[in-house]
Amino acid sequence: MKYFFLIWAGLWRKKTRTILTMLSIIVAFLLFGLLQGINQGIKSGSSETGNHRLWTAPRMSGISSIPVSLMDQMLTIKGVLNVAHFSFFGGYYQDAKNALPAFATNVDKLAILYPELNITKAQIAAMQATRSGALIGRRLARKYGWKIGDKVPVGTTIWTNSDGSNNWAFDVVGIFDPTPQFDRSPLGSAFWINYDYWDEARKFDKHRVHQFFEQIDDPQKAAQIAAQIDRLSANSPDETRTQTENAALQSQLKRLADINFIANSIVGAVMFTLLFLTANTMMQSVRERIPELAVLKTLGFTGNTVSVLVMIESLMLCVFAALIGLACSAGAMKVIGAVLGPIRLLPIVVVSGIAIAVALAIVSGLPPALRAQRLNIVDALAGR
Amino acid sequence: MSALSQIAAVSAMNIRSLPQRAGTSSVVVIGIAGVVAVLISVLAMSTGFIRTLQKTGPANRAMVVRTGASAELVSVLTNEAALAVADSAGVKKGSDGRPLASPETLLVMNLSKKDGDDASAPFRGLTQDGFAVHPEIKITSGRSFRPGVNEMIVGKAAQRLYKGLDLGAHIKLFDSTWTVVGTFASDGTGRESELIADQQTLNSAYHRGNSLQSVWVILDPRGGFQTFKDAVTTNPQLQVDVSTEKDFSARQASNISNILKFVAYVVGGIMAIGAVFGALNTMYSAVSTRSREIATLRAIGFGPAPVVVSVFVEALLLALIGGAIGASLAWLVFNGHSVDTLGGGFGGQLIFDLAVTPGLVAQGIIWACVIGVVGGLFPAIRAARLPVATALRAV
Repeated sequence: MKYFFLIWAGLWRKKTRTILTMLSIIVAFLLFGLLQGINQGIKSGSSETGNHRLWTAPRMSGISSIPVSLMDQMLTIKGVLNVAHFSFFGGYYQDAKNALPAFATNVDKLAILYPELNITKAQIAAMQATRSGALIGRRLARKYGWKIGDKVPVGTTIWTNSDGSNNWAFDVVGIFDPTPQFDRSPLGSAFWINYDYWDEARKFDKHRVHQFFEQIDDPQKAAQIAAQIDRLSANSPDETRTQTENAALQSQLKRLADINFIANSIVGAVMFTLLFLTANTMMQSVRERIPELAVLKTLGFTGNTVSVLVMIESLMLCVFAALIGLACSAGAMKVIGAVLGPIRLLPIVVVSGIAIAVALAIVSGLPPALRAQRLNIVDALAGR
Repeated sequence: MSALSQIAAVSAMNIRSLPQRAGTSSVVVIGIAGVVAVLISVLAMSTGFIRTLQKTGPANRAMVVRTGASAELVSVLTNEAALAVADSAGVKKGSDGRPLASPETLLVMNLSKKDGDDASAPFRGLTQDGFAVHPEIKITSGRSFRPGVNEMIVGKAAQRLYKGLDLGAHIKLFDSTWTVVGTFASDGTGRESELIADQQTLNSAYHRGNSLQSVWVILDPRGGFQTFKDAVTTNPQLQVDVSTEKDFSARQASNISNILKFVAYVVGGIMAIGAVFGALNTMYSAVSTRSREIATLRAIGFGPAPVVVSVFVEALLLALIGGAIGASLAWLVFNGHSVDTLGGGFGGQLIFDLAVTPGLVAQGIIWACVIGVVGGLFPAIRAARLPVATALRAV
């Protein structure tokens, strides 16, 4: 510690260079924090309760349906507590451009499976009392200015109702306020309608749903329960595929893009460039100070002490700048999070960021440190 | 000496001394190469995506979906509607006098990709008439499917992406087993990501009855698109949207390509800022190692302009080298590299090749030059302002 000011002075010997180097390290770690943060944030995207939920979908095709009767069979499996289901209604409001995230469900169970939606007992009762009722997420309701009591006409490109037309109408009976994490999710901003009403009124694909959600008692047994659920329909035309909610979300995302690969290659490119830059700066800085280091050695500093001083200087530069960069990325995520939904800088990203900064410091500080250690005083002072 | 020849002399001297500063100079080169490579690669993804969706078959082809359907997959048409569309004015007649119209089913099927991930492949049902409407679909190996039999042909991009689509392979689908009997190419359109089978047979496998998703027609050159559009939209029997194939594809493309462009410019922009700092650092140190030389030049009568320009020339040259390396890296590694994504309204996974176009390369080089100019500006000003006497005295 007593050498702190010596190192500090060395660091600021050339202000412009140190500041510029720090700025590029800050930028690199800002990018690292952002990309890895989004990447990790997506991986662990869903809530804790997500571990208690399984999703069952048709095995063969994402657009097929499965019999609703599977629900009763699932409930006989030990460990399955509740089952909700969901069917894609889609449709649009007024103009085909206003696509509506409308889904049919059994609301009472949905409320149990997804407490994050904050659907109240009164809202469940209202849905059960009004067969043509609709329960709408706050965000969606605000978008179109709907309030309780409104009758919302919904057009659809798929479902013909019993009178042969494609125009449906639903009565808004409740508006729910999901948790911030669910506010922007498809479930949280959905237009929920009663499955029973819809199934009775539609013309085809009756008694079938697009997906089940199961609540299980123990996440440890998820794989085993999933296998049991899939066995119910094995070798039938309606085979299913059951996964934990987290696994299902991840695989959906992977279909969009291999974000992991993209993020890692960009971070790789950035880190390589950065290593080059910092190593260069450190070497240059030590080269310029060779006579000064020789003076230190003349004064009695050992080769090891001098090399440690150089190493610490490099460490301070890298780690300090990396921390600023990570802090910037945490700030930037708040801004992005307001648009994309909650993402945050996970501890693992911060820890690995610091580890990378230390590695960067060692790799770029080692050659000049070794040079400082081996310095021959007479030659160095003579400028040879 | 004229100003121009001064500039030339100083810049040439400067560039000749570049090899002595190879270490620090390479920071600019590598930094900019990184920015340009990332920028071009991500934009190449967007370009490739748009290119595949915009590459369509014959220009005189139109498609019909249910009113309001934003994508083929969410459109449902009845058989009667399909017949009415086929009989509309403006549809070209084939040599046998029947309209060139293709009622089509579009479904998706879950398959495993060769890297182990799951994906849903679009599965299209065509009637035998469909091939006359899609002349770009050509069987490249095996044969076409027969009606009434569980046989399919697979696009060559799909065959590369998924496991178990080799010629002769059997695939289980609900309660039936299907055989891959052929592979097809379609001039690089999105269709190459699809599996195709007989429409009726496919519909019954999915328990879809007679419902359809879309009708594709060849337009009669005499009437053109407008005649067909008027005929279909004024028919009270029909509730459909009509578009040319090009328009429909363009609408599907915009969303995803906008996201990719956003990523490219945000990530590329942040990296570029980092590279500017690197370039500034390098150019400052170049100026400081050359300070005696610059002061000497000024002392013997060179003006500040040649000095400023020489620093700029050096920065630009390094930036250009970096940009060229980055662009060639992106081209070598990613041009033609095949990726796949879900979305853009396309049913299921769309497979496309990254396209590093000359336009993208030019864009990358422009970015490189801008970084070089910004990185050279302040050091150049410092070089010009260098007090001659102090700089000469400095050891």
